[in-house]
Amino acid sequence: MSGTFTTGMRTMARGAREEPRLFATAIAGSAVYGVGTAAGGWLVGRVTDRVVVPAVTGSAPVSTADVWLAGAALLAVTVVTAAGVLVRRVWAGAVAFALQARYRRALARRYLELPLAWHHAHPAGRLLATAGSDVEATWQTMLVLPFALGVVALIAVAGVAMAAADPVLAAVALVVLPALVAANVVYQRRMSPRVTRVQQLRGEVSATAHESFEGALVVKTLGLADEEVERFARDADRLRAANVAAGRTRGGFEPVIDALPALGTLAVLVVGAVRAAEGAVGVGDLVQIAYLLGLLGFPVRSFGWVLSELPRTVAGDARVQAVLREGATTPWGGRDLPRGSGPLAVAVDGLGYRHPAPAVDPLAAQRGEVPAPHRQHRPVLADVTLDVAAGSTVAVVGGTGSGKSTLAGLLVRLVDPTSGAVLLDGVDVRELAEGRVAGAAALVPQSTFVFDDTVRGNITLGLDADDVPPERRVGDDDVWAALRLARADGFVAALPNGLDELVGERGSTLSGGQRQRLALARALVRRPRLLVLDDATSALDPAVERAVLDGLASSGSGTTVVVVAYRPATIALADEVVHLEKGRVVDRGPAEEVAARDPGYRDLVTAYARAARDRAAEAAQHGTGMA
Amino acid sequence: MSATTAPRPRSGVLRRARELTPEFAEGLGLTLAIAAATTVGKLVVPVAVQQTVDTGVLAPGGPDAGRAAVLCAVAAAVVLLTTVTAWVVNSRLFRATEAGLASLRVRAFRHVHDLAVLTQSGERRGALVSRVTSDVDTISTFLQTGMLVLVLSLAQVVLATGLMFLYSWQLALVVIGCFVPLVLARRRLQRPVAQAYAAVRVRMGEMLSAISETVVGADVIRAHAAAARSRRTVDAAVEAHRKQALTAQIATAATFSTGVLVSGLVVALVIVVGTLLGVDGDITLGRLLAFLFLAQLWVGPVQAATEVLNELQNALAGWRRVVELIDTPVVVPDPEPARVRELPPGPVDVRVEDVAYTYPGTERVVLSGVTLHLPAGSRTAVVGETGSGKTTLARLITRLVDPARGRVLLSGVDARDLPGRQLHRRVVAVPQEGFLFDATVGENVRRGRPGASAADARAAFAELGLGDWLDGLPDGLDTPVGQRGERLSAGERQLVALARAHLADPDLLVLDEATSSVDPATEVRLQRALEGVLSGRTSVAIAHRLSTAEAADTVVVVDAGRVVEVGPAAELARAGGAYARLHAAWTAQHG
Repeated sequence: MSGTFTTGMRTMARGAREEPRLFATAIAGSAVYGVGTAAGGWLVGRVTDRVVVPAVTGSAPVSTADVWLAGAALLAVTVVTAAGVLVRRVWAGAVAFALQARYRRALARRYLELPLAWHHAHPAGRLLATAGSDVEATWQTMLVLPFALGVVALIAVAGVAMAAADPVLAAVALVVLPALVAANVVYQRRMSPRVTRVQQLRGEVSATAHESFEGALVVKTLGLADEEVERFARDADRLRAANVAAGRTRGGFEPVIDALPALGTLAVLVVGAVRAAEGAVGVGDLVQIAYLLGLLGFPVRSFGWVLSELPRTVAGDARVQAVLREGATTPWGGRDLPRGSGPLAVAVDGLGYRHPAPAVDPLAAQRGEVPAPHRQHRPVLADVTLDVAAGSTVAVVGGTGSGKSTLAGLLVRLVDPTSGAVLLDGVDVRELAEGRVAGAAALVPQSTFVFDDTVRGNITLGLDADDVPPERRVGDDDVWAALRLARADGFVAALPNGLDELVGERGSTLSGGQRQRLALARALVRRPRLLVLDDATSALDPAVERAVLDGLASSGSGTTVVVVAYRPATIALADEVVHLEKGRVVDRGPAEEVAARDPGYRDLVTAYARAARDRAAEAAQHGTGMA
Repeated sequence: MSATTAPRPRSGVLRRARELTPEFAEGLGLTLAIAAATTVGKLVVPVAVQQTVDTGVLAPGGPDAGRAAVLCAVAAAVVLLTTVTAWVVNSRLFRATEAGLASLRVRAFRHVHDLAVLTQSGERRGALVSRVTSDVDTISTFLQTGMLVLVLSLAQVVLATGLMFLYSWQLALVVIGCFVPLVLARRRLQRPVAQAYAAVRVRMGEMLSAISETVVGADVIRAHAAAARSRRTVDAAVEAHRKQALTAQIATAATFSTGVLVSGLVVALVIVVGTLLGVDGDITLGRLLAFLFLAQLWVGPVQAATEVLNELQNALAGWRRVVELIDTPVVVPDPEPARVRELPPGPVDVRVEDVAYTYPGTERVVLSGVTLHLPAGSRTAVVGETGSGKTTLARLITRLVDPARGRVLLSGVDARDLPGRQLHRRVVAVPQEGFLFDATVGENVRRGRPGASAADARAAFAELGLGDWLDGLPDGLDTPVGQRGERLSAGERQLVALARAHLADPDLLVLDEATSSVDPATEVRLQRALEGVLSGRTSVAIAHRLSTAEAADTVVVVDAGRVVEVGPAAELARAGGAYARLHAAWTAQHG
């Protein structure tokens, strides 16, 4: 598959262009190594001819000083060669690691920029593997490439030295080279698909482990560990089989690569003996050529290493590039909000949203696997239109799965609608410049992500950094004020390290309610002009929720609030309610009016009260029955 | 597992690894025997050089090309034969090691699930994934390339040394004299190299953790325009990894170039000392020249051995982490075989006797002095302020954690005497965030009971009064839920999780705010349906909505880690205590 070779080498060339100085240094070191090694071989031949043979056979006088001088010359060449090796290896590493770091940074930036719809279509484990093992696989070749290029210099110089010693013997010796190239080509053809498969299966093993560990609590509580182990074992076994297949191919190739120079040396010896019989060559020439060929044996394997790494490079880079070249960016506009402060007016016009189709692995597409056709689902939201006056509070009420959370996400432009528009103070959110929406509107989701950071870091999310403009910068006083408003100050103050307490991955040391209050404080510290609460107080106890809502109402900082809620008390704080059902607005208006004319709405908000009444009635009946 | 744990000595890691993966040893003797035989091929060239020079080119009667041709033909045959045997060795090795590594992966994976839930969430998930993926991969790299090279090199060195002594003991001593100090120095240099690679792996884990936040936390980062913070975190972690990788690389490069230096020194000394010996007639020219090739047989292995020893360090670091994971004591261990008891059939009677719970490794008391009796078939609701210890109580009853003091009896059996997998088939907890697997709704529900059919899953929904909801899905049971169930709303995920738990047909069901995100109308319907479904079972509901509490036989009020009230909801509401206060706040909101 010369395609793999070309593509892989193109990737390497790109890497070299991106880190030119490091790469050039590595190549220079490798060239010194190659030339030095060949020079060493040549010197061994000359020394054999001029010093060893005359001295041992007594054919010519050789002084002890000459012998030591020859040794010193050989040693000098070795010192230079060793220095070349040191430079080659250190800088080859420097190039590879610099490139890995560069692409990991680029990928993380891309992950941060890509729209959430894209994120929702790509498995997290897959994306993580791309930044981890795919990047590593891409640049692993760089660790051996300078070596291989140095070996090219070695072969060139050694070829010249051989030809100078005896052209016929040199020709015999150098026949080994095309044989090696042929062996490599065959090997690469056979290896490439196997390596690609290993890479793909590695990704699958990783994705399965990621998902399974993420759902560990459910696995435990349902006693599913055995089934999960079985599922993982199946993946691990497929990876095993693929690794064995790849290994057997490699295991066949390497001995061949080893044998070829040995066979070449033997051929040189035979032809050399014939040439010696003819008087055309001396022992020195024979030794020089055989020795040089011997020297090539190990370094030539570097071609094999490069070739065996290249398919991984190609596969890894394909995945990396698929992310980097992903066209689905969030197109930010250039506009500002018309007013700099005060509550925002929200208008939603004909809003529709469908979930994106799940993404396919770029390598699966290359293998010609056709993804299962994605069924068009009913839209999550269809033709939603509503107005929220600046400074007012609107409650969005709807059954489970009615599209409330999607609407909440659309209001703060977490995702873009499939149709229709969201307007903040009359401006389409898609026309606003980057950071404008987040700077003015805050969403508190149902379940929130807690970063592996301190309490402070989780609330400021970088707003306490020195490069933040002073008017937006957040100090500890602001953090405490937000925590008080979110009724989170109590538990944070009780933490051993207060604001500096590390809350661990996914905030696992915090309870659900504590996490929600942290998320609330995170939103409030930004003094949002539009606050969207997506059932954000659901994990709070009634008393706490009440306190939080009262605090919000009395803070009076001029905030438009859109709250997804069921509780009559929450709804009582709203100027208007919007009733969503299956992605459509079925009614809107002041709460009492909607309650009066919309039975579905009544059913939702008075469910508990009715249930309580029914229960009381039943109990009374039951009680009478008993009596 | 933690960075502060003293590293296990290398021999310990290897011994443990052997125990964990007996597959490696299978047929290893034969593999090594063939490998040793294969090494003979390496000696062919030096011997051929010696013979060709001494008995061919320098034959007494002038160069003898015919003899050289015969010698080399025999040598070529040996080379070809050993090429085949080398392939056999490689194939055998790949089969054995991959089998071992696959089982090591699975073992580590199982252990992650065996570890207590609390330990698991504290551990960085990305790091756990790398335990069963990249850490095992480093081991395989070593075993498949490194170990073979190491074994072959050793055989090669032994054979080469024997031949060298046969040709000239003086020159042999010169060669060994050069390499021995190098080998000894290497041993000394291994420790810093090992530490450097261990540090690389730690940095790698931290880096993956930082990057995973940009993926898993994407929603929050977008919502609050917090990308700058994440970029800083990622950049710092990526840079720390790059620096550490380079440090390790420099350490290995330095040892490798020393090897090059020594091998050059050997060639120079062989020529100098050999020539001086040759002048005295102590060595033939052919033997002296053969030494140049024989010395290479030392150089190759010593060079390769450095590489391999570095790979070995990598592999050991990876291996140590996998072994340490597998050897991490399970916080909620299965009982000793002698203590194993069966959970009596039928609804579970739950007794909590003077139980206290403290977060492991801390002084934080979550629960203390809790004593409760939940009779078989009863319905209990647990209410209390956020952080009062409700969830911990649920975890104790379902044995997701063990108490620090006191005991939990399930139908009279100490929960610690019940093997986890048996227990969790009959005692099922539904956590607030019902995690769903990236599969269809039906597949997720069917996981509740192995072997359940689609019809069973459908029935589970129907019995919970959720048939209409299911029919409203675009593809019904075949609707994909997306990763972590994200294509469904939080409330819908809870419905699926409930159906899954119901299908499991438990004798004790513990619902930990399992309907917190479901809309009130659905929740009330669900509540009604559950009352029917739960008859004949024991149930405990951790509730933040008091509507759940009102439906229960008994309400348990937890406050600041203690049970403060127990009784029927109606009685407690009148009693003027903690429950009455919660009830008043609830009524104010739901009128």
